[in-house]
Amino acid sequence: MAKKNMQAAPAVAAEYVPVAGDFELLHSRDIQTDANFASQSYWKGVLIHFFKNKRAVVGLVIITVIMLLAIFGPIMNSYGYKDIVQFRNEKNKRVVAKGISPRIPWLHELLTGEKYDDSFSDLTFLFGTDDLGRDLWTRTWYGARVSLIIAFVTIIIDMIIGMSYGLISGYFGGLADNIMQRFVEIANSVPRLVIVSVLAIFMPKGMGLVIVALLLTEWIGMSKIARAEMLKIKEQEYVLASRTLGAGNGHIIFKEILPNTIGPIITQVMFSIPTAIFTEAFLSFVGVGIVLPQCSVGTLIEDGFNNITTLPYQILPPIIVLALLMLGFNFIGDGLREALAPKLEDM
Amino acid sequence: MLKYVLKRVGLALVTLLIIVFLLFWLVRVMPGNPFPSERMNDIQIANKRAEMGLDDPVLVQFWRYITRALQGDFGNGTSLYYGVPINTVMSTAIGNSFRIGGIAVLLGTAVGLLLGITAALHRGKFLDGFCTVFSIIGVCVPSYVFLIFLQYNFAFRIPFFPYFFDASRFAFSSVLPSLSLSLFTMSTIARFTRNEMVEVFDSDYVRLAASKGLHGRRLVLRHVLRNALIPIVTVLAPLVVDLLTGALVVEKIYGINGIGKLMVDAITGEGIDYNYVLALGILYSALYIGVMLLVDLLYGVLDPRIRVSAKGEEA
Repeated sequence: MAKKNMQAAPAVAAEYVPVAGDFELLHSRDIQTDANFASQSYWKGVLIHFFKNKRAVVGLVIITVIMLLAIFGPIMNSYGYKDIVQFRNEKNKRVVAKGISPRIPWLHELLTGEKYDDSFSDLTFLFGTDDLGRDLWTRTWYGARVSLIIAFVTIIIDMIIGMSYGLISGYFGGLADNIMQRFVEIANSVPRLVIVSVLAIFMPKGMGLVIVALLLTEWIGMSKIARAEMLKIKEQEYVLASRTLGAGNGHIIFKEILPNTIGPIITQVMFSIPTAIFTEAFLSFVGVGIVLPQCSVGTLIEDGFNNITTLPYQILPPIIVLALLMLGFNFIGDGLREALAPKLEDM
Repeated sequence: MLKYVLKRVGLALVTLLIIVFLLFWLVRVMPGNPFPSERMNDIQIANKRAEMGLDDPVLVQFWRYITRALQGDFGNGTSLYYGVPINTVMSTAIGNSFRIGGIAVLLGTAVGLLLGITAALHRGKFLDGFCTVFSIIGVCVPSYVFLIFLQYNFAFRIPFFPYFFDASRFAFSSVLPSLSLSLFTMSTIARFTRNEMVEVFDSDYVRLAASKGLHGRRLVLRHVLRNALIPIVTVLAPLVVDLLTGALVVEKIYGINGIGKLMVDAITGEGIDYNYVLALGILYSALYIGVMLLVDLLYGVLDPRIRVSAKGEEA
């Protein structure tokens, strides 16, 4: 159809014979210009709106700091995440740095004027060590890294699956939509815990189980939002125009409509990440998540809980990191939601 | 209306049946061993499988299972509490979980609503800020962390409450778990109530009611709150299911013999107990579908407009 239109166009143009005057340049003084203001692109507006929001900026700062620490934290000191801090003393006896509370030797000396009176008097443990003698600073940031990786990997895959599913379901409508939505309804009524427990029957416990469990549940929310957006957009003129020009369904869905649904989907992603981190923590705590000696925020909290009566400081770092991650992503999500779809009164 | 209700109930039952079949199929088809393998040799396991009919076709097994389940017999444990009927174990567990979850739901909803209403009435003042901070903390900190905190401070350092759950002193020992479970519900409800009420307060019909001289309790309760309730019910529904069933970690920490702990034991034990996974999976799914159905029907009661449009859909 598009080709026919293209062929028809020159036929009309041939009737008009251009004269030389059509191509003459005007002198600049003959042109009257209006005062022009640079127009603001959509994304620039979103950015401005986002950074005006104090909470969103706080969230962004929190997440950036935690991510930097998750990347560089474990290499900031010489201890590995599964290394037990130990050495042999002058009598050739093994000394293990078990259960040392957080300490900074020079600060302690500055404040009290005396040194620690044990074998580790000159070592720094910012978060202390756990009951086996592993440095908690390293473990905390390593755990945060594992949790963040799981969250990002699953959410990105879920975004792709959920988005495609929702867009396709909404676009075709009718019978296809009906069948696909019944499927979503059924999938949505299976509680996550049931999925996890069925998975645990035939999958080894560990990172894979957590990722698959999250993959199976998180795409549903994403697909619902994508479908709602599709239903809103698909009757608009530009879609009709594209179809008239002969674009195929795939082109219309993924090239024309997808870019216009990205806002709500990004917001949904921001809210899914804390859910993923939370779920991972909870599965690891229960014992079907990350396996030793690896650690995640969830296993660290579990370790801390097991030692809470003897080493109460051990549980604090992972709890604070978890809470800050949730807080940060929620703030960013709220900020994005407002920035991407500003209400008139907020402008 | 009746036709609509019947249709929804029928649809829910079909969904449940499909889920039960899927669960059953997955549990039976997937490789894995329901018995504590370290304590049994291959011949014993083979005998056991034959005795339980695990080698029959899946559909035959499913029919056998579903007819028994409808009569209330979910079989025996295969590795967890070996040989004891699941019903006996489950009824105690359900009792414990539901009572603690129920207290948490009531507490969370009541306090959450009160907080939200107070915050909306004192918009922009100290109470509003307090409510916001409270709900942010409540949403960001998992309930089991609260429980660990409470347990450490009020059961270990100040030994006032029992450190672990004690069924013989139910009221006293359910304070800490119920309180920590309710915090998430409380803060979510508080936040939603506040936002919804603020929005409704700004609407034209409330302005009209106020300008006609309505004020105080009547305006807030009848005109604002009722209209704010609809979205709140939507949020509350999954929370209720989570509280009644998913208080998993809390049960583990506080040593409560509930269904969450049962599920954890079933999947982290020596052999994964098929019958428990199935029975609990059915329970969870049924609850989830049931509550969702209830919410859908409740909309009609709360908001007549939805009732009308549902009828329109029918016609």
